[in-house]
Order: sequence, then C-alpha cells, then structure tokens
Amino acid sequence: MAHAPDHASERPAILDKVRPAELPRSPLVLNHRGFHWITDKVCGIVEEPTPLWWKVTFCVALFIASFTFIGLTYLVSTGTGTWGLRSPVGWGWAIVNFVFWVGIGHAGTLISAILCLLRQKWRTSINRAAEAMTIFAVMCAGIFPLFHVGRVWFGWWLFPLPNQNGIWPQFRSPLEWDVFAVSTYFTVSALFWYMGMIPDLGAIRDRATTWWRKIFYGLLAMGWRNGNRQWSNFEMAYLLLAGLSTPLVLSVHTIVSFDFAVSNVPGWHTTIFPPYFVAGAIFSGFAMVLTLMLPLRAIYRLHDVINQYHIDNMCKIILATGTMVGYAYATEFFIAAYSGNAFEKFAFVNRAFGQYAWAYWIMVSCNVITPQLFWFKKVRENHALVWIICLFVNVGMWFERFVITVTSLANDYLPSSWGYYSPTIVDIFTFFGTFGFFSVLFLLFVRFLPLLPMAEVKMVTPQADPHAH
Amino acid sequence: MNERNERIHGVACTFRQPADVFRAAEQVRDAGWTKWDVHTPFPIHGMDQAMGLPRSPVPRLTLLGGVTGFVTGCLLTWYTNAFDYPLVVGGKPFWSVIFPFPVLYECTILFAAFGTFFGQFIFNRLPRHHHPLFDLPQFARVSDDTFMIVLEASDPRFHVDESRNFLQSLGGSEITIVRD
Repeated sequence: MAHAPDHASERPAILDKVRPAELPRSPLVLNHRGFHWITDKVCGIVEEPTPLWWKVTFCVALFIASFTFIGLTYLVSTGTGTWGLRSPVGWGWAIVNFVFWVGIGHAGTLISAILCLLRQKWRTSINRAAEAMTIFAVMCAGIFPLFHVGRVWFGWWLFPLPNQNGIWPQFRSPLEWDVFAVSTYFTVSALFWYMGMIPDLGAIRDRATTWWRKIFYGLLAMGWRNGNRQWSNFEMAYLLLAGLSTPLVLSVHTIVSFDFAVSNVPGWHTTIFPPYFVAGAIFSGFAMVLTLMLPLRAIYRLHDVINQYHIDNMCKIILATGTMVGYAYATEFFIAAYSGNAFEKFAFVNRAFGQYAWAYWIMVSCNVITPQLFWFKKVRENHALVWIICLFVNVGMWFERFVITVTSLANDYLPSSWGYYSPTIVDIFTFFGTFGFFSVLFLLFVRFLPLLPMAEVKMVTPQADPHAH
Repeated sequence: MNERNERIHGVACTFRQPADVFRAAEQVRDAGWTKWDVHTPFPIHGMDQAMGLPRSPVPRLTLLGGVTGFVTGCLLTWYTNAFDYPLVVGGKPFWSVIFPFPVLYECTILFAAFGTFFGQFIFNRLPRHHHPLFDLPQFARVSDDTFMIVLEASDPRFHVDESRNFLQSLGGSEITIVRD
C-alpha cells in the first residue's frame, strides 16, 4: 500500500489519452424496428387468415396424435402387459418418455426464469414460445406415468385425497415426491406463462375488429390497462414468479432423478444424478427450442427479432450443457471404478459394451460429439445445420434416458434374472403420438396466442430508454 | 359548457416518445398529484421513481403464500402418514421434516406462486372489464406505441380547465376529457 502513490506517479502519460474502448452490444432488434412494427408483426400472426401450411401441419399433427389415443385406448382396454414391460425391466419406454418430455420442458423455464434473474435481455423474443413448449411438454410427460400406474381410473390415488379405503399416499417414496414436483411445475409454469401474456392479450384486444376476438382476448386480458401502477405490481409479480420458478425447475429434475438415485440399483444409486439430470434437461430443452423456433422464424420472417445473436447464444448453451453431460458420463465411469463395487463397475462396463452398447454409443455420439460442432461460427450461422444438430441432440437425450433406465434393470445383480427389453408396437405408437399431441397444442398456441412477448421485446429496443437522445 | 354536469373520470393526453412522457410524469409528481397514472405499451425503466410510486405490495402475499404452503405441506404429510394411518416404511420415523422435504418444498413454491399470481390481480384491481378509459379511441393505441397520462377527477387538485392547461404545458397532445 505504501508504494501505491509512487506507482500512480509512474503511470505512463499515454494512458490519459487512451479512452476505454466502447464495445457495442449486439442489437436485439435489427433494422431499428419501432414499437408499431413489433405490434404489427406479432398481432399479425394472430390476425391473418389461417395460412395453408398451418392447416396442413395441423391435420398431420392431429393424425399423429391419434396414435397416442389408439395406443392408450388399447392399453387401457387390454392391460399394461401390452407394453413391453416384464421382469426384470418394469420401467421401459414409459419412464424414458416421461423423463425425456419433462426434460424438454426445462429449457422453457430456464429461459423465462433463470435468464430473467440474470438479466439476459436476449431471452425476451424466445421466452413466450419456450414457456409454451414447457407446458405442452409437461402435458406429454404426464401421460406416461399416469397410464403406467396400470389402472388409470385410480390415478387420483396419487394425490392425497380421502378415499373409501382410508389410506393415503406414502410420502417417503420418491415417486410421490415426483407427483408433487411435476404437478407444481405444471401449475406454476402455466401461471407464469399466462400472467406474462396478459399485456399482450390486451394489445390484441385493443386491435380486435371481429366480435369473437374482442370477447376472447378481452376476457383473457382481464381488463389490463397498461397503467404504470399496474406495471409496477406486474413487474414485481413477474420477478417473484421468476424467483420461484428457478428453484422449482432445479428441484423438479432433481426429484425426477431421485426416482432412480434413491433406489439400490447399480448405475442408479449415485449422487451425481441431480446435477447431471438438470444439465441434460437444459441441454435437450434448448435443442427443442431451436427445433421449434428456427422454422417459425423462417415462416413468419422474424429475422429482426430472433437474430443470429439469439441463435448463437442458444447454440453456446447447448455446447456448454452438452459438454457438462459428457463430463458427467466420464465421472460416472470414474466413480464406478473408484468405488470398488463389483456391481457398479459391471453396470457401467455393461452400458458401454454390453447388450445395449448400440444405444450407449448413439447417446454418446449425439450428446457429446455432435454439439462440439457449435464451437465453429460457420456452423452456428448455418441454420439448416443447427436444426439438424438439434434433432441429433433430441435423439441423443432420449437414448440417454433409455440407457439409464433399461441397462441397469436388464442386467442387475443376479445373472439368472437378467433379461432383454424391447418395446412393443403399442409403446411405439403411444410415444410417436405424443409428438403429434405436442404439435397440435403448439400450433394452436402459434395461431391464437401472441407468439412473442411484445411488451418485453419493445422494452429492450434502444428507443424504449427514456434517457436516450 | 355542460362538462361539469356530467360525471368526469379525468383528463387524458398522449405522448409519442418515452422520454417525453417520462419528463412529464416527473412534473406531475412534483406538482403533488396522487390520483393519476401513466399508461405505456411496456414498463418504462425508472417510471416508478418518476411517478413517486411506493414499492409494490405483491411480495407480502408471496410470503404469506409461501408460509401457508410450508405449513400445509407439514400438516398434510403429518396427518396422512403419522396421525390418520401411521405406517412403518423403511424404518423411517412416522413424521420428520426430512423425508417429506421435497413435498414441503414444492408446496411452499406452489402456494407462494399462487400468492404472487393472485396478488398481482388483487393489487391491480383486476379483472375489471369496464373502465372509462376503454371509451377513448386513442386508448387502443396505448398498447401499441402511444404513451398516455391520465389525471383523475378524484384528486383534490383536479379542475377540468386547469388540468387541461397543465397537460398542455407538459407537452401532451390529444388532450381529452374522460367521462365516467
């Protein structure tokens, strides 16, 4: 400290002439688009006559969704034996699909809540669609455990409701924790989504020309008046919901991983599961966001509001979380070797080189190798390639859940009770159909609700700053 | 003029730029108005201070919801697993704060979120589908790209002509009387 004044006097004179560099931030809205352009663009999607592509995709989506309907009808009328579940694998595709869909939902909450708390302004143009994706993905996820219970008409026994048997759910079970985690997650995500949409519904209401639009959007907008006294409460509530959703989203996939980690099955009973599952969830969710947003951006010409900067950021998050997932795969192997537990060691060697090695290497190549391409700017700027890589990530993350669920159950302690699990056509129908179900809901959202949060996008334009010149 | 014979909600004027409405809001605040509002297509950064608004009371209901949720979770798990139908599972106690913690955690968040969501509606006095402002043609543009200041008749400073002149001096255009 004593040398500090000397040091200051030795400061080179040139430093006084040098101005700190002003690095311009990447603009979030390109081409200096104004407030009115944003309103027109977003409301225009809802107000235009139903485009042909929408009608066609909607019909295709409905057709695909009917596969789930047929699959479930057959399951309920015949029995859960129609799924490929039998000893030793009692958790097959149903649980794989459940974890897959819940994981996809997590990126929506990450974008809407965690990036909101971190003041990442680029989230604004994608958060509405990502939140919608969350809600619809959780709906798809919920189908599987609900029907997996066997007699679905007793599904309400999952909840602590009084029944004539006088018994209650058993709260020491991770499966019961999961009921609370997923239902809370769905409810809070829906509240957050709807509340964030109120000002935009008001904007559509104010432009409405047809009577049904006035009534529909008028009712949904709850009489929102854009007053700053309202905004003040609204923004506070929005921030609080973001603050509540953040620990919620982390807890949901943590509890999903408890379904596995709390058991004594080799390969499941590990403490790395919660963070590893959360990273994987964000990874797959961002891939799904890009899978959905890239085509929508092209169809609705949203290039000014969802620009290269947004796509870069999402690609980088996929790269980061994909690398974390790869690191987790390596850690699992190390811990299994280090544990000295013969069953743990076997479980992991068996994953990579056993009867499900094909699934393991699909998982590794899709999840660890493919996203590494996002290091290259040229790849991130090639949107067709980005879209394809995201599809690979989606496939890889489905296989991750398959590998975890099935390999550990098929080959656990006693070789005499080992088995090989394959899904049946009913499994495949039911899962395939959920993509249609998801698409039906998402297409309805795109057509009837504001796709981008107009108020939030306006807020991040330079002209929204009251102190700008 | 028969303006004074009818019930008047207030006087409204519009602005085109966030900076203009921001400066005008500061002047309305400094003039000591209490019953007035600024209507903007998006929340303007710093407008709460420019209007002199206190901190939003929504967090109170969030806290209330969170505490209710935690207590509800405790009561639920205790009543069902330790009181009404005690069952020994895995040698764990009938009730402790540890094993049902995920349930307590989720209940806390769920109820806190309900508190926040309904708090926003309660403190904003919504839903309210009728309001005198909805009758103004220019009000429809407020959700698009127009900014509006409304001085309400319930404020003690309100006087139709003086308030109009005041809004004029602030640089507002489309000065209109809003009828109830």
